[in-house]
Amino acid sequence: MKVQISDLPEKVYSRQNRTNLGKLVADMLADVWSSHFLARQFAKRDISAQYRQSYLGILWLFLTPIASALVWIFLNNSGTLSIADTGMPYPVYVFSGTLIWSILIDAINSPTQSTNSARDILSKVNFPKEALILSGVYKLIFNSLVKIFLLGIFLLFFDVGFHLSLLYFPLVFISVILVGTAVGLFLTPIGLLYTDVSRLITMGLTLIMYLTPVMYGIPDSGLMKIIMELNPLTPLVTTLREVAVGQDVQFLSYFLVLTGLGIVFLFISLIIYRLSIPVIVERLSA
Amino acid sequence: MAGEVLIKVEGVSKKFCKDLKTSLWYGVKDLVFGIKGHNSDGELRPKEFWAVRDINFELRRGECLGLIGHNGAGKSTLLKILNGLINPDAGTVTMRGRVGALIELGAGFNPILTGRENIYNNGAVLGFTRKEIDSKVDAIIDFAEIRDFIDMPVQNYSSGMKVRLGFAVAAQMEPDILIIDEVLAVGDVGFRFKCLNAIGELMKNSAVIFVSHSMPMIYRVCNEVMLMKAGKNMIFTNNIGLGVKEYYKLFKKGQENIVGSREAKVESFELISGDQIVHAGGMIEIHHGDSLICNLKIKLEAHIPKASVQLVIWNEEMLPVMDVMSQEKEGFIIDNSENSSQLISVRLTDLYLNNGRHTVSVMINAPDLSVSYCRHDNIAEIYMVLDTASAAHVIYPAKWDVN
Repeated sequence: MKVQISDLPEKVYSRQNRTNLGKLVADMLADVWSSHFLARQFAKRDISAQYRQSYLGILWLFLTPIASALVWIFLNNSGTLSIADTGMPYPVYVFSGTLIWSILIDAINSPTQSTNSARDILSKVNFPKEALILSGVYKLIFNSLVKIFLLGIFLLFFDVGFHLSLLYFPLVFISVILVGTAVGLFLTPIGLLYTDVSRLITMGLTLIMYLTPVMYGIPDSGLMKIIMELNPLTPLVTTLREVAVGQDVQFLSYFLVLTGLGIVFLFISLIIYRLSIPVIVERLSA
Repeated sequence: MAGEVLIKVEGVSKKFCKDLKTSLWYGVKDLVFGIKGHNSDGELRPKEFWAVRDINFELRRGECLGLIGHNGAGKSTLLKILNGLINPDAGTVTMRGRVGALIELGAGFNPILTGRENIYNNGAVLGFTRKEIDSKVDAIIDFAEIRDFIDMPVQNYSSGMKVRLGFAVAAQMEPDILIIDEVLAVGDVGFRFKCLNAIGELMKNSAVIFVSHSMPMIYRVCNEVMLMKAGKNMIFTNNIGLGVKEYYKLFKKGQENIVGSREAKVESFELISGDQIVHAGGMIEIHHGDSLICNLKIKLEAHIPKASVQLVIWNEEMLPVMDVMSQEKEGFIIDNSENSSQLISVRLTDLYLNNGRHTVSVMINAPDLSVSYCRHDNIAEIYMVLDTASAAHVIYPAKWDVN
């Protein structure tokens, strides 16, 4: 019989992941690329399903940040709290703060959420899992664009105006999402196994918000100043706000280092995620 | 002609854990070691067991392997390993070509969205590109026969409609390897028939692994079977009849069971063939075409003047194969005017049942069938010996002529 030389793609499954790192990264990138249609489809599905069942629709995206901003504006104006000058109208400061914070939190939660909601198909259909992460990013961008639009209205309303620094806004925005997703993605495998993890994250982030210049600026001295300046979320929040309103960027180098680390970290997290999914599927629904 | 080998399974094993907390903790360890590239010794840790143990086989294009066994024998786990959803703990699986899995129909559906939108969702999960779906969407809607409802939210579909839509999308795959898990047992008869034809088309050009509990289905589509028990391969054969027979042997004998008003009672029961006599609770072994005599002693309570008696013979799938009645095609009427036990007998000539185990029930009813006095299930078994492999209930040796 003639030996058939076939060009069919071959997949080998075994315990030992002897695949070398280069091949792993190449496979992963190929899957990220090939999954963009699936990712878009997931994102479209979730977004349209989300709004088809609601009258207020996208209003929900900014109702929460607006509500918490209003609380702080009230606290400030009524004299309950006295917040130091922020270099811009306080409502703009606190509103941009809460909006950016909500974007960052969404970014951190997104990988776990996307993967969790796909649990039932993960154990039944083999598809590029990277699509889940990518669809999370798409959904994040969509939701954030709505919030950013609202922020623009605020800038006009409070006469802050549009500055040339806005040109950097998309870049900084992407970087914030990227770092947030990288952190969230790193925690996803363990977070899928133990629900404690996502509870801890939610609780931790609520506390960390008070150590980040979201509602109030960094004080001039004291322990709080040291903590806030070290806090890696500080440069993410402040830089995005500063390019939005046209202020000088305080933590430029810290921000750039974070972005660089974020890219590396995202890569590592993606590889870990890829290796972890079979283990998670096995433990959760085998 | 044998096609190229598309599936190669070498020494594949998989262990599971019986306890959730421990399982999760092992999961954490596996995560860490998996990333570090730790080489496990393949030993069982506490509370673990082998869900799949040392499975080996090869499958070529054009072949169809039927995977049979009890619930929990490891069939679905093996499918998950073949599909790349979970990794084996030992051994290697090599899959060549596009893999299509009919395991979950309608994966990725969102109930709020319309059927049409969900075709795209499901198609994308199955690996189609947008273009492919665009070109197939009409074929899919036609296949599912739900054009009138295609723009309605899927949550308002009946479960049968959802399955139709899911299957219609999946049927568009062109896999080299096809994995099918029990999904065929859905939908109404007409659609099931359509599904079988579609699967037949897909199978022509692929290597197929088919998991089912329906032996007629196994007979119909497979040319090899593997019987699994407790994760192990008990038998791997291209003699489907043998595999199915071994499968049925795994099940325990049914318990005798009596229901009804108890106003009648089977006092004794015997089956006679040649010089074999078997009483209630026993099993008689006969050959295809043999005859049987069945003797019954029945006692009716005094106030019951007449009763109708019949026998029902069931096959291993618990389907009734034969209803033994009188010449008038109704129950045999016994008269209780003397109020004593009655001895009756019935002769079953030329039994052409298919091979394997059959069970006998005795039914005693009121002549107008208004009351069931006694239904005695599993009173005895008939084991038919026959080497022919067929899914039919009756193998009829007819006389054929050329005209």
